[in-house]
Amino acid sequence: MSDNPTLVIQVNGEPRRVADGLSISAMLGELGLDPRKVAVERNLEIVPRSSLDEVAVADGDAFEIVHFVGGG
Amino acid sequence: MNAPQNLQPDTWTVAGRTFTSRLIVGTGKYKSLEENAAAVEASGAEIVTVAVRRVNISDPSQPMLTDHIDPKRITYLPNTAGCFTAEDAIRTLRLAREAGGWNLVKLEVLGEAKTLYPDMRETLKATEVLVKEGFEPMVYCVDDPIAAKQLEEAGAVAIMPLGAPIGSGLGLQNLVTIRLIVEGANVPVLVDAGVGTASDAAEAMELGCDGVLMNTAIAEAKDPVLMARAMKAGVEAGRLAYLAGRMQKRRYADPSSPLAGLI
Repeated sequence: MSDNPTLVIQVNGEPRRVADGLSISAMLGELGLDPRKVAVERNLEIVPRSSLDEVAVADGDAFEIVHFVGGG
Repeated sequence: MNAPQNLQPDTWTVAGRTFTSRLIVGTGKYKSLEENAAAVEASGAEIVTVAVRRVNISDPSQPMLTDHIDPKRITYLPNTAGCFTAEDAIRTLRLAREAGGWNLVKLEVLGEAKTLYPDMRETLKATEVLVKEGFEPMVYCVDDPIAAKQLEEAGAVAIMPLGAPIGSGLGLQNLVTIRLIVEGANVPVLVDAGVGTASDAAEAMELGCDGVLMNTAIAEAKDPVLMARAMKAGVEAGRLAYLAGRMQKRRYADPSSPLAGLI
């Protein structure tokens, strides 16, 4: 057992390793993202902003993290 | 003697939200966010369309649209540009609702990349699902009065027929069908796509449309900020002409100066 176990997840199609036990908010923080400016989908389900602090990242999770950009 | 005809401001309402500007502008294709913001300002638009895309994880400090166009002052209308199935469009708008926190959205489901023509079967399917989920979709569609009616029955809060293919700047290709859609609709009708210059915008408004939505015509003008002003004026001119009621066309001349008293 490692002292610092990591999980393997997908973020916007790219594999990433993150520490075990992070909330989604904390993961966003580690990525340098402001949770107020993005929307998060986890395994094809929307994660409401109100629960980003509570939901823990699990091994194998696939996240889509989006925001608004210019478009017509 | 003659009191002004319209003492109330000329507004329009979509899904219970009232706006003064009848011009909706896109926020794509600009050289910079600064130019984009200046063009939005010059256009007088109160609504801008925005796309929903993955954040750039490798560079999260990139400037963001929301830093330049304030969503508290300008209504963001998230779109589903780039979606070719109802499923993709619905997924995108669920994310948009979470990102923005509102239900007013622009639905477009495209049929093919070459023409970006709407796929009406998928569009109708997506409209039904979105309405069930509490969305208020303004729907990009073909210029077909029957399809427009079906969308309205499905709960579309605005009907947005194309004037010509997206980004083509060809101007309104079928005035007859746009006019038929306007006559038949009980929700706002906005021409979305195809406008190339200010007279196209005026033409849409003269047909009785409630508004016009455009992006490329402004963003790809040599001077986008100046073109944004032109579009604002075009939309207003067309709207006023529609309200004023144009003269009947004649086949031959009719002199404007009196014939009586000619020397």
